[in-house]
Amino acid sequence: MELTDITLKEASRKLASKGISARELVAAFLNRVKQVDKSVHAFLSVYENEALACADEADGRILDGTSFSLTGIPYAVKDCILVKGAKATAGSKILENYIAPYDATVIKKLKDQTPVMIGKTNMDEFAMGSSTENSAFGPTKNPYDLDRVPGGSSGGSAAAVAAGEAIFALGSDTGGSVRQPAAFCGVVGLKPTYGRVSRHGLMAMGSSLDQIGVFSKTVEDCAIVFGQIAGTDERDSTSLPQPVPDYVNLLKEDLKGIKVGMPKEYFGDGMDKEVRKVIEDSIKVFERLGAIIEEVSLPHSKYALSVYYVIMPVEVSANLSRYDGIRYGLSLPGQTLEEVYYNTRSEGLGSETKRRIMIGAYASSAGYYDAYYKKAIQVRRLIRQDFVEAFKKVDIMVTPTSPNRPWKFGEKSKDPLLMYLEDIFTVGLNVAGVPGISVPSGVLEDGLPVGLQIIAPHFAEERLFASGHAFEKALDLKIKPKL
Amino acid sequence: MKYEPIIGLEVHVQLKTKSKMFCSSKNAESDIPNVNICEVCTAQPGTLPVINREAVRKSIMVGLALDCQIAEFAKFDRKNYFYPDLPKGYQISQFDYPINGKGTLTITVNNNERAIGITRAHLEEDAGKLVHPEGKNYSLVDYNRTGVPLLEIVSEPDIRGSEEARVYLQELQNIMRYLGVSDADMEKGHLRCDANISMRKQGETKLPPYKVEVKNMNSFKAVAAAIEFEIKRQAEILDEGKTPPQETRGWVDDNGATVSMRSKEESMDYRYFPEPDLPVLHFEKTWIDEIRRELPELPNARKERFIKEYNLPEKDARTLVSYKALSDYFEAVVSEFDEWLAAEHIKFDAEDHAKHLKLASNWVLGQFSSLLNQKSINPGDSKVTPENFAELIKLIATGKVSQLAAKDVFAKMFETGEDPSNLLESMGLAQVSDEGLILDAVKKVILENPKGVEDAKANPKALGFLVGQVMKELKGKGNPQIINELLKKELLS
Repeated sequence: MELTDITLKEASRKLASKGISARELVAAFLNRVKQVDKSVHAFLSVYENEALACADEADGRILDGTSFSLTGIPYAVKDCILVKGAKATAGSKILENYIAPYDATVIKKLKDQTPVMIGKTNMDEFAMGSSTENSAFGPTKNPYDLDRVPGGSSGGSAAAVAAGEAIFALGSDTGGSVRQPAAFCGVVGLKPTYGRVSRHGLMAMGSSLDQIGVFSKTVEDCAIVFGQIAGTDERDSTSLPQPVPDYVNLLKEDLKGIKVGMPKEYFGDGMDKEVRKVIEDSIKVFERLGAIIEEVSLPHSKYALSVYYVIMPVEVSANLSRYDGIRYGLSLPGQTLEEVYYNTRSEGLGSETKRRIMIGAYASSAGYYDAYYKKAIQVRRLIRQDFVEAFKKVDIMVTPTSPNRPWKFGEKSKDPLLMYLEDIFTVGLNVAGVPGISVPSGVLEDGLPVGLQIIAPHFAEERLFASGHAFEKALDLKIKPKL
Repeated sequence: MKYEPIIGLEVHVQLKTKSKMFCSSKNAESDIPNVNICEVCTAQPGTLPVINREAVRKSIMVGLALDCQIAEFAKFDRKNYFYPDLPKGYQISQFDYPINGKGTLTITVNNNERAIGITRAHLEEDAGKLVHPEGKNYSLVDYNRTGVPLLEIVSEPDIRGSEEARVYLQELQNIMRYLGVSDADMEKGHLRCDANISMRKQGETKLPPYKVEVKNMNSFKAVAAAIEFEIKRQAEILDEGKTPPQETRGWVDDNGATVSMRSKEESMDYRYFPEPDLPVLHFEKTWIDEIRRELPELPNARKERFIKEYNLPEKDARTLVSYKALSDYFEAVVSEFDEWLAAEHIKFDAEDHAKHLKLASNWVLGQFSSLLNQKSINPGDSKVTPENFAELIKLIATGKVSQLAAKDVFAKMFETGEDPSNLLESMGLAQVSDEGLILDAVKKVILENPKGVEDAKANPKALGFLVGQVMKELKGKGNPQIINELLKKELLS
């Protein structure tokens, strides 16, 4: 085993017992980045000197006895999350040289725990995409097959953890952007309840859907990190003041008496046969652990994707207006003000971004607002209600994270609709606001990983960790990309 | 053809709060651009708005003062448009659920009471300011004002002329000042006004099929002038049998005219949608009641109190309260006056006391106001302290100075801030109330004016001539009451 295969929990233990120094640990990861990132391209920027200086500080803390659970742990951050003094491009040319002037709340909270940031990770432009092919700075490759996409939009963060370039990483999930790349890259990926984690410092895509999530190698590692970033924030009025439990203490090894729902709408046609097999086997693992499997129904599921592709672009169209070439970022000259806007945004924004801005502007314009946006908001309530009703019967639900295996570059990028369909199992959760986690649940014959999505009621992330941890332990899947 | 103007006003009031509407940057003006700004109000990526509770409270205060229906819940919306002074590319405003619903503002125009309906009053954020350096091919943006809370008060189309519009605006300004929610200074842009103007034939009741929105009016005078201009312009078009086009026009002060800015076809689609970054506001009745209880005295209540407490005529009271600072000043004078009386153990009966308060009101509304106007200063900025003002009233009330002489004293007080008793001495204007001295003068005048005496005996109204002569003898400083009394007595004897 290489040092960069280490879990957060093991690394913490080794650091605390002085079996290894933070400098050694961080240097090993930086070295790994040098070795593999030319082919993976998980990172948009790497902060070697800063990371080493930070590691030295961490070693000082460990010596002083003033260390925390995350002290000295190397991690990566999706490029749409602001880290003061570091570039924050969000995968867009329009922010190519933008330096963040402040720390996102999650970064501030993490910094209190003194982990070491290695760098910022690649993503689809402004988190719009399911493959990272929409990054203005070139795609990230799937560490399990460099010809295939890592998923998206947080593909860089997922690949970085999978490839051993970081112990954990932050991503953002608006319609599946943490869970789907986690599934494609064989790592754990969490999307919290809407309102559980502060969005302050996360570049907004779909404001009513966005949440910052965590990538890690194990469910337990995920619980450790999540405990540090969850909680309300006075700078984000949509973050709710729910108490944050000690997630690690609530982990379980068995699932006796736990009721697990299988939403029938998620197990219909159109799924990769091999993926279906892996998921069915996973559900058997749940049964073995003592869980009671039940079929449930989320009757409005079929509308989730449509609702999502109305609400999200409407919010996008307003959220991206600030990239206008006036105060920061790319600014191209013009004879008139209108030309400045036109030139800057034509050149600075990619085609998927423009497409969504146009869809959103259309769906919210006079005469169409009622038919699209207003209707979508109404159906959204029904979808949310589906989940609330289902959770009266079961404790958690399980579904595949994605109906498909990672595809080859270019395979779907020509047809946006095909790409949108990739979100089919993940968007419902964002629309309803409930949390979900993708846990590696097996591999296909070609060695590509498959993810199982576990869903819990609002603010019940502990159920995701407890069941995910038990499942992971029982499955004991040992996978690692060959790089 | 006779037409009736149909006017509705949209008034933006900058609320006085410590911080801006959605961030902790200072809500303050500065000569240095871009100092009261932060990552939120300059729309750095990833920033989120947080509602300023004080701004919401002040909005509700205004709503209560205008008899508005306060919403049970209210929400914010995004109003989308691109402009360099609007960093986010959308303004956070309120579309369909404003904080304040329907209300009324009653104004008095030419002694007629008119109830002007309020459609709504909603909260939003201000934009920044563009600066165009002369001779340069670029513009600059100052974001100090960006995100300052604005309350937009929209009236019903109930206003029927420029004078009504002016009074309505002044009354709104006055209420903002009574509430202490805004300085409401139009010239400084704390209070901004757009007008929707249209005309219909006299006697018709339906709203005209068009309206013209007029912007860029930066003073009360400009509002009145722009309305007058539009009334004339639109009447001419209507006289030709045409309908004036629906459009937005701008008032150009230098030309004294409105010019077309954009037509109906060019009107913007702001694509309002609910602001997802902010929660819906629910107002608890107890909180609204608490704000209502803490509401300061409003002009109407103060007017009634002045009438009751000081026995002022309605007209005096109305004029005083229509200018908050002046009525504050008047009250300070009254209270200082009573202190003078107490300190010097002077007692007046109720009727006389009321007469002296009326005297104070005359002085405040008369010479004091006209001197303030001449200098264009506020009552609080004048050199005359309420204490000195009250002393002068006391000196008049106790016959130490004549009203006539007091005018010169007051002018000097206004100029230098000196106290009236000293000025009386140094200017030699103290009134002569010494009966011996006055009697000497009376006797002298009777001796020297046999014709005047004869006339006065025949007709008591002709006494004035002799009074004047005695006054002249006493160099204008004689106490007129005593002169009168002594003259009558001498003539009878």
